[in-house]
Amino acid sequence: MIPIGERINGMFLDMKKAIADKDKKPVQELALRQKKAGAAYLDCNVGTASDDQEAAMRWLVETIQEATDTPIAIDSQKLNVIKAGLEAVDNLKGCLVNSCSGDEEKLDVYLPVCVEKNASLIVLTMTKEGVPQSVEERVEIAATIIGKAAEYGMESARLFIDPIILPINVPGAQAQPGFIMDALSQIRIMTDPPVHITCGLSNISQGTKERSIINRTFLAMAAAVGMDSAILDVLDTDLMDAWITAEMIINKQIYSDFFLKAARMNM
Amino acid sequence: MAIPDVKETSNHTVNKVVIGAEKGEGGTRSHTITIGGAATLPFLDGDGDIGNRPYIAVDVLDSPPTDWPELLLEPWKDVADDPGVWAKKAVDECGADLICICLDGIHPDKGDRDADHAVQAVTKVKEAVGVPLIVWRSGDDAKDNEVLPKVSAALKGEKILFGSVVEDNYKRLTGICMADGHSLVGQAPLDINIAKQVNILVSEMGFPLDRMVMFQTTGALGYGIEYAYSIQERERIAALQGDKMMSMPVIGLVGYESWRAKETKVPESDMPAWGSQKERAVMWEAMTALALVHSGCDILRMRHPEAVAMVKKSIERLLS
Repeated sequence: MIPIGERINGMFLDMKKAIADKDKKPVQELALRQKKAGAAYLDCNVGTASDDQEAAMRWLVETIQEATDTPIAIDSQKLNVIKAGLEAVDNLKGCLVNSCSGDEEKLDVYLPVCVEKNASLIVLTMTKEGVPQSVEERVEIAATIIGKAAEYGMESARLFIDPIILPINVPGAQAQPGFIMDALSQIRIMTDPPVHITCGLSNISQGTKERSIINRTFLAMAAAVGMDSAILDVLDTDLMDAWITAEMIINKQIYSDFFLKAARMNM
Repeated sequence: MAIPDVKETSNHTVNKVVIGAEKGEGGTRSHTITIGGAATLPFLDGDGDIGNRPYIAVDVLDSPPTDWPELLLEPWKDVADDPGVWAKKAVDECGADLICICLDGIHPDKGDRDADHAVQAVTKVKEAVGVPLIVWRSGDDAKDNEVLPKVSAALKGEKILFGSVVEDNYKRLTGICMADGHSLVGQAPLDINIAKQVNILVSEMGFPLDRMVMFQTTGALGYGIEYAYSIQERERIAALQGDKMMSMPVIGLVGYESWRAKETKVPESDMPAWGSQKERAVMWEAMTALALVHSGCDILRMRHPEAVAMVKKSIERLLS
């Protein structure tokens, strides 16, 4: 499992303030808490905290790296901000770019940048035409992504495909998680080793009244069909326990009476 | 057409465990032995580093064996009443990489000998040979807990490998091994889940992972070796996938298990169709050992000199 800690994001008020004030302490504390909770990557998004997003991203990356060697997921929808993050990041530790859409012209830009910097990449199975509404469209976009990645020499083990989770309470969206699970089991067999599958987990419960149980249940269900990564709140112990348990139940971790503890020892 | 690259590489390895300590390190061994370290399935050197070679430990008993078949006793009969001389013969004539002193004689049903006897036995072996040592308990929890602390203290500094702790009896031996600097074998009854549990329990006491070895009650050829094989294979795969509680090197009790099998004990006169008992029995031990080597065993505890010779030769071939 590859948990990506979501909390260092300027959309959260504590981080927005820390980024705006250039206050390192709350950022570094949150980085360390997420690392301890098992984050394999620390997502890093400056949000709207600063007018100069490139400078804010550089500062955020450097601030996190001063505190921990956990790899960073540079999260922005803007290429210039991602590039600024990549310049600041320590290559040797590896990092993840979050994210790029499945449009060929976008992939032609993002993939060479990531390959040059030795970074992994999250690609969304959506295009400028929007979020696909069927299994087939998602699989088709994934095939395009995988083909392009191969063309640019990015190994499948460094490619993360995000099948896009929509809020469950949006009219018509309730069919989507089922489509996603069908799609991801097909995407996983396209390469050997399979690409990673990730998602912005908390999207699914956006605007609902039972966020925690919806997140937890979907995570376990998706993990069972091969989703091996998620951008999530790693500090939510129940959520992480559900994930560990799902992986144990599908035999990705050998059972022992202390399997929760054992899994955390490996994080 | 290009041949596809089917290499399976791993970022994780089996832990390395060093057994023995030389003079400069507080012991008296002539050399140390490092086991483990593989980054692949056994012998797949095309995929990655296969780590250290499998080693053979020859069993030496603290007092003359009471339940060994005549055929097994034959090569050791002149030395069976002195563990020191026995160990020396095992090293000099049989090429034992390590000596495993089995404290069978302290068991209430096999002589009920006391701690002084056990200390004397291990001391004799320590003085007679320079190879690293393994000490194996009798299996009687109460007696082991009484005797083993003294044995451990007598070998302090030698960095021996101590066998074994089980889920229901691990605290005392783990404690003394920690205090005396020895390594430790965690035992499970052909059960991978319990193996992991034992490893967690021992490490929870603060015992270092790089001094732990795993042992599944092995099973001889024809007596469940396929279970041991698949468990050990799965342990190795888990280690290569980064499961820290499954990354310990592995020991197998080849001699003990093989020489309990009917096929090693029944004479030719009783079963003419099975052919020569000696040939059959030696082969039974050797085949059990080789199956375990292929499943990822790092130390084989063996008994018959001819079986040892056969397995050593096969390992050499696999490594060449």
